[in-house]
Amino acid sequence: MSEALFSKKNMKLIKDPLNDDNPITVQVLGICSALAITVKVETAFVMAMSVLFVMIGANVIVSLLRKVIPSRIRIIVQLVIVASLVILVDQILKAFVYDVSKQLSVFVGLIITNCIIMGRLEAFALGNKPGVSFLDAVGNAFGYGLILIVVAVFRELFGSGTLTFPVIGKIEILTSLAENTGYQHNGLMILPPMALITVGIYIWIQRSRNKKLIENH
Amino acid sequence: MEYINIFVKGIFIENMIFAYFLGMCSYLAVSKTVKTANGLGMAVIFVLVVTVPMNYLLENYVLKEGALSWLGEEYATVDLSFLSFIMFIAVIASIVQIVEMAVEKFAPALYGALGIFLPLIAVNCSILGGALFMQERQYANIGEATVFGLGSGVGWWLAIVAIAAIREKIKYSHVPAPLRGLGITFIICGLMGIAFMSFMGIKL
Repeated sequence: MSEALFSKKNMKLIKDPLNDDNPITVQVLGICSALAITVKVETAFVMAMSVLFVMIGANVIVSLLRKVIPSRIRIIVQLVIVASLVILVDQILKAFVYDVSKQLSVFVGLIITNCIIMGRLEAFALGNKPGVSFLDAVGNAFGYGLILIVVAVFRELFGSGTLTFPVIGKIEILTSLAENTGYQHNGLMILPPMALITVGIYIWIQRSRNKKLIENH
Repeated sequence: MEYINIFVKGIFIENMIFAYFLGMCSYLAVSKTVKTANGLGMAVIFVLVVTVPMNYLLENYVLKEGALSWLGEEYATVDLSFLSFIMFIAVIASIVQIVEMAVEKFAPALYGALGIFLPLIAVNCSILGGALFMQERQYANIGEATVFGLGSGVGWWLAIVAIAAIREKIKYSHVPAPLRGLGITFIICGLMGIAFMSFMGIKL
């Protein structure tokens, strides 16, 4: 109890999900939404922020209620908590960034069944205090967001030659100048299957740098 | 004819896995052998066929703007669509529970085959995704919604059985160590996605 909130052990909760215990590339959670919305950096960023918000909220609330929730019906209780937070996010997105919310289409709603959130609730929040659950949520949401944004940067840059950031807007990088010298955009990058291949290559790079993650069949 | 269009579209053109990545988590986790993949695929078809029409009724008679007008004039302007997420997921979770109990009671053999997969399915994105696409695309009647559920389910089943078969074979291949397991599965899945994209241009 006397342990400080930002002790070394707790900082591990934030750092681990970024690499060694990344929710997408190592725990294999939350892939569904991660791949579909990485065509533009902006949508990936908004999605990452939404997940961060829902995840912190759900982790802290479930952790506060962990002694009250009967274990037999915990899945439904968790779903209701997550669903209410997602409704909140959905309404906020519709109110302030309507265009992005249209592009995300059903995927905001699908945060409810995003395995990252359910997975962390089951694996962490149900057995830990709110403070550390908060850190766990932040770490995992950042680990998720990291992959989302890396994949989105590659897909948008090579697919359409631009990078669209929220607030700053669209930056044209590989457009007119490169096009004049005969550069062609790789239209395949915008299509869904390339998201899978990009994540596959990310896993390849990550695991060749970090040998302990290598799987033996 | 419309029904066949929706069915074929659900399997090939708008395949849940290759076009929308729905249900990827269990798709990657449970596709190590064809047998378990087949079980999970069947369970997904089953649950989609039951939940999509249920959610269709809910959407059209309770949630949509003006959907409550069957209660009386004064309810005609009520719009409850902001509640759709929580209602859909509640319907899905409870139907999965009921289906599990019913299957256990009346078809023990089927329960033996699907058993452990049924509870997992409540949090499978493809089920909620099916409900949300049904809402977004506004099918004309409950028949179309059911056929859409069936088509997407069959598409999901096809995808998971195909990748499980490939993963069974790839065990004997020499894959670079860092790519083993998850990495190569992602890449194979991407290549299968490209193959499925050849259906994209088809207008039905």
